[in-house]
Amino acid sequence: MPEYKHPASEQDFEQNFASIKPLMNATEAYYESSRCLFCYDAPCIKACPTEIDIPLFIRQINGNNPLGAAQTIYQSNHFGHACGKVCPTEVLCEGACVYNHQNVKPIEIGRLQSFATQKAINSNKKMFGLKPNNGKKVAIIGAGPAGISCACELRMNGFDVTIYEAKAQPSGLTVYGVAPYKITNQEVLEEMAYLQNQFGFTILYNHPIATKQDLQNLEQQFDSIFLGIGLGETSQIGILGEDLDNCFGAVEFIEQLRMEHHQVQVPQNVVVLGGGNTAMDAASECARMGSENVILAYRREKEAMGAYDFEYELAKTAGVKGLFNAQPIEIVGENGCAIGVKFVQTTTQNGQLKTIENSEFVVPCNWVIKATGQSKRVQFLQMIDGLELDSKKRIVINPNTYQTTNPRYFAAGDAVNGGKEVVNAVAEGRKAANAIVNCNL
Amino acid sequence: MANLFTNFAGIKSPNPFWLASAPPTNSGYQVMKAFDTGWGGAVWKTMGVPVVNVSSRYGGVNYRNNRLIGLNNIELITDRPLADNLREIEEVKKRFPDHAIIASLMVETREEWHQIVRDVENAGADGIELNFGCPHGMCERGMGSAVGQEPRVLKTIVEWVKEVAKVPVIVKLTPNISDITRPAIAAREGGADAISLINTIQSIVGVDIDNFVAYPIVDGKSTNGGYCGPAVKPIAMNMLKNCAQHPNVNLPLSGIGGIENWRDAVEFILLGAGNVQVCTAVMHYGFGIIREMVAGLSQYMDEKGFETINDFKGKALPNVLHWEDLNLKYKVVASINKDKCIGCQLCYTACEDGAHQAIGVLHNGDRVPYIKEENCVGCNLCSLVCPVEECITMERRDDATEVLSWKERTLANDIPTTFNDPRGGGVHHPVYLPNEAFETPKPVHYKA
Repeated sequence: MPEYKHPASEQDFEQNFASIKPLMNATEAYYESSRCLFCYDAPCIKACPTEIDIPLFIRQINGNNPLGAAQTIYQSNHFGHACGKVCPTEVLCEGACVYNHQNVKPIEIGRLQSFATQKAINSNKKMFGLKPNNGKKVAIIGAGPAGISCACELRMNGFDVTIYEAKAQPSGLTVYGVAPYKITNQEVLEEMAYLQNQFGFTILYNHPIATKQDLQNLEQQFDSIFLGIGLGETSQIGILGEDLDNCFGAVEFIEQLRMEHHQVQVPQNVVVLGGGNTAMDAASECARMGSENVILAYRREKEAMGAYDFEYELAKTAGVKGLFNAQPIEIVGENGCAIGVKFVQTTTQNGQLKTIENSEFVVPCNWVIKATGQSKRVQFLQMIDGLELDSKKRIVINPNTYQTTNPRYFAAGDAVNGGKEVVNAVAEGRKAANAIVNCNL
Repeated sequence: MANLFTNFAGIKSPNPFWLASAPPTNSGYQVMKAFDTGWGGAVWKTMGVPVVNVSSRYGGVNYRNNRLIGLNNIELITDRPLADNLREIEEVKKRFPDHAIIASLMVETREEWHQIVRDVENAGADGIELNFGCPHGMCERGMGSAVGQEPRVLKTIVEWVKEVAKVPVIVKLTPNISDITRPAIAAREGGADAISLINTIQSIVGVDIDNFVAYPIVDGKSTNGGYCGPAVKPIAMNMLKNCAQHPNVNLPLSGIGGIENWRDAVEFILLGAGNVQVCTAVMHYGFGIIREMVAGLSQYMDEKGFETINDFKGKALPNVLHWEDLNLKYKVVASINKDKCIGCQLCYTACEDGAHQAIGVLHNGDRVPYIKEENCVGCNLCSLVCPVEECITMERRDDATEVLSWKERTLANDIPTTFNDPRGGGVHHPVYLPNEAFETPKPVHYKA
């Protein structure tokens, strides 16, 4: 029997996707914050892409000042609540906690962070002193972590900010692409509403910027334009049968799951292709939605997977089974529908991946989910005059100014870094905002 | 095998652990339970003319996630009729004849003292403790610490008690005084058989910062209370040592103040206590803690080869000297065990900001600090803040051949006597220039 039954209701769904970092109560937060050593020049700060003053906010929680703690957090990271929940803290702040060297459980920094920020979000008190309007206008394309972070920081500095978002909700992959056991839609959207209320930027939803004309309009109306456009659809692997029905991308599947919850129907047998964190999420989610056999197939050895160890462990506990050294060579179909994946076994020799002759085999399945990376939005980016992309089709920026090769445009987030964590996009969006401020002085 | 049997000033008990006079000894029900759990003796909640108490009565001090490192109370002596207490003392003694019951007493006139002493002796009390320590409520009526703070009055009352007492008389002292040995000597002069110390310390444990009133709150108001619990242990031990070392005190000493486990008890005994009394820890955890205390003390004594409490009573006293007798030639410096260091750099910032700038850190990613021996005065601070056991140790640097105390230097006329005397200790010690403060790298968030 599988670990999870298909959730018949929203309540079942919440049970199957129960938070892995649930909100602390005040007692738990007090006890946990008591353990912090208040390290000098703390390694956790250095491990955080947004450089939150972690020992300070933990000390503020311990001193029963959660709003002060939240202020400390938001001063460095406008996705404070979301990051507390979705950050891979095990390899960032908590991974750097000195307790690890003593074989003592590291401080649960992520959960403490969410505890403090939740208090701020609930109180909705005005916490940030915005500078008076300076008459400058910035357009932001994409209301994802980079865009929102950039918007908050620009508003702090008195800029007028309008965000153009193609979808119906803000926060980008935080609401559309993160596994529901990390953060719920409600949690994400509450923080976004809080930020909008605190900082007062405008978001135009269902408002894609898609044409050359759209861009020209922005260029006429705004002093600067920030590209926080993220990545595109799941890219093609380039094998036979990819266009068959029931073969689709992980990002698309997760988005559907985030929006439709228990109404999504999953089949008995699923093969997920890939070895990154998105593959782990997609596989784990299928298992939690009630699929009986979820095979996570990766073309190299287990150790070579890009996913964090704890993500693979999480998938395994949901019932996912790993299949390694298996390279997909064809999606097998019948009547236009995927019915299996044909693999060839591989081996690594001197760092080179080699296929083994006559080792082909087929894993039958009802769904094939490709978690093999997202494409870049090249077509769109090519419409911007003078905008240079690197060999991997990432936007080229000046690392000091976040300015693209078109001086009116700034950029940050996945479209620049190729696809990293929410916290990286937040950090970069904020730095880009400061660069825009300097540029417009 | 360790024998925990104790004869304290003639009062015998199966072990040296007594319950102090306090809420846990308010009734026969409680004392019966305590003896049944293993307590050796109990000092009955102070008897006298029954009082009227307020509610609430306690305030606590927490340190981070540890509750009640200190407790303060504004409860008074017993509010129960004397007859009930006497009857219950008799009942408990009948059931536990080998356990010690000491009657704590507090009354005003000579006649009252005579009467109540006879009453408790008739009920079977093995000893009497005079409560000259209560620092709240009772002292405003001329009793408790009001007596303990007036050696002359104290002596007179002890004399009244001794006029009739047949059982040993213990005088319980208040710490709310500048020199604890003065009332101790007065007690001896009055004829006391033993001293117990300390009673609670006058205190305010906290303030409700929203309603602007101290704790504990009684209908929106508060008053100072008596402080006890683990936080007062160092103060109690110092006062115990002072009494134990004073030649004119020379009485058995019952140690009280923040004792909650066997190790605390051993420390008090090493500083001269003949037994110990416990209250706050029982109020926090119940009578059951006695099991850990008895087991730990027995094991310690077996390991050290001590057969009775007397074998190690006061064993640390010869090593507690006056400052002027300490060896100025003794020199230790800190040493960091790189393999144990977890890189918190608390030692660095403690020494840098709070001591003598004798620890440095590299700024190349290696978080293990290093000792600048030329700056290290051997103060111990780094080893105290270090969260890792035995990571920072203090290593001896003098060759142990020289001994020279301040007293000897004084006799030899070799001490600094003027404001800029080159014989002052700091002259030979490196200190950074004020402006160098700005050259020391700061963490990213350390900006005003």
